[in-house]
Amino acid sequence: MSSIKFTSLYPEHEALHAKFVEFYGWKMPLHYGSAIAEHLAVRQHAGLFDVSHMTIVDMIGAGGRHFLRRLLTRDVDEIKHPGGACYSCMCNDQGGVIDDVLIYYRQPDNYRLIFNAATKTRVLEWLNTHSKGYSIGFQIRHDLSMIAIQGPEAIQKVMSIVSPYQMDVLSTLKRFNSIEEQQIFFSRTGYTGEDGLEIILPAQHAIEMWQKLIQAGVQPCGLAARDSLRLEAGLMLNGQDMDEHISPLECGLDWTISWKPHDREFIGKPSLIQQQQENQYPRLVGLALDAQAILRHDQTVTAFGQSVGHITSGIFSPLLKKSIAFARIDADAQTKPLNVEIRGKLYPVETHSTRFYSLNKK
Amino acid sequence: MTNTNKNLRFTKSHEWVNTDVSPMTIGITDHAQHLLGDIVFIELPKLHTHVEAGQEIGVLESVKAAADYYAPVSGTITEINEVVLSQPELINQDPYHTGWICKITPDQSASTDSLLSEESYQHHIAE
Repeated sequence: MSSIKFTSLYPEHEALHAKFVEFYGWKMPLHYGSAIAEHLAVRQHAGLFDVSHMTIVDMIGAGGRHFLRRLLTRDVDEIKHPGGACYSCMCNDQGGVIDDVLIYYRQPDNYRLIFNAATKTRVLEWLNTHSKGYSIGFQIRHDLSMIAIQGPEAIQKVMSIVSPYQMDVLSTLKRFNSIEEQQIFFSRTGYTGEDGLEIILPAQHAIEMWQKLIQAGVQPCGLAARDSLRLEAGLMLNGQDMDEHISPLECGLDWTISWKPHDREFIGKPSLIQQQQENQYPRLVGLALDAQAILRHDQTVTAFGQSVGHITSGIFSPLLKKSIAFARIDADAQTKPLNVEIRGKLYPVETHSTRFYSLNKK
Repeated sequence: MTNTNKNLRFTKSHEWVNTDVSPMTIGITDHAQHLLGDIVFIELPKLHTHVEAGQEIGVLESVKAAADYYAPVSGTITEINEVVLSQPELINQDPYHTGWICKITPDQSASTDSLLSEESYQHHIAE
């Protein structure tokens, strides 16, 4: 029996009358009244998320680069300068996704990795097993909290509440880069499709930062809005869209595989090469439904009366005002007319790119 | 619970019914809309159809889940609230007034004995 875990911001969520949900052992806010209003606040202004349930691993030691080049589908050498970041999958020998991870390159001997809460035990076990022989040490940063501020006004809101030094470094921070100033780690990344920041800071300072942002008019947002925002933006969620039996090719994350340089041998590579060459693997596609119903996880996708796959994630899109989803379907079903079975009834759906919303296309 | 009045009776499946008016107005409770979260679609019952107490008469789709709702009494659907088709958020915001769903003209023989008082309903959801 494991006991429920609480983030350092839990009292703040309670004070804001959050509706809670248990998420892989963590008691997290689902919404603070209306998930749709929170979603739209992020698209139009700025929203604030407690993401302290995620696993922060600092990897320190001269062997970090070599180890990560072996561990991850993405070649960390693609990060050219300290402060840079990249997104990757971490696969098992069969090419199945153990987790997706954000890697921050802090110093030549210092990387920070952000894993999902769902996979924590498995990830740490995997890191310990495979790091033998590399001169590195891990530190699991339970002492840190993490909050995300996302939306067109996010950076401006953060700059309005930080110190002049921090304001200064934030004014030059580029997309997908991070900077540390006065014990606070700022990263211009996120999981919503919007511009914004993810801030990692000592747990004892998280409440103050949270309160200042709320006072600055940033909308607190729960996991429900986080889920609908990431789906609109074409971002995958481990445990829903993939798991250890699904390869990056099968969940739309083939772009996280650095096939070059050819002499880099990463875990899962032979299986992934074989799968790619055979080209029969199921595809993750976007689906949109024009009907008064909602696509949800696990519903069956059919073509000409035959099951061809399943919905992996589905939501009502507050932006498009209809239901959208990701589905994994047979390779040869991609061009067929598709239906989804919802509550015993078949609904025709349109296939779509998985990116339903893109900041660049706005 | 907000904006209830003592004329309302309740079901264990979280509908409310105003038994003091004819036809009887029906909706879902504040507790139910809270559980569902933002409601985005509603399927209303068909006008002039006859329904039995406990029969499924429509579906609510919220961001979180789909949920059937049921006729609290036996009778005929004589009015439906078409406003909630285009503004389903009214069911979240004002479940006892503008967020009503339909009206049923009860059968002569219809019984309301099994419906809960507000106090019993509060007790039921606290369990």
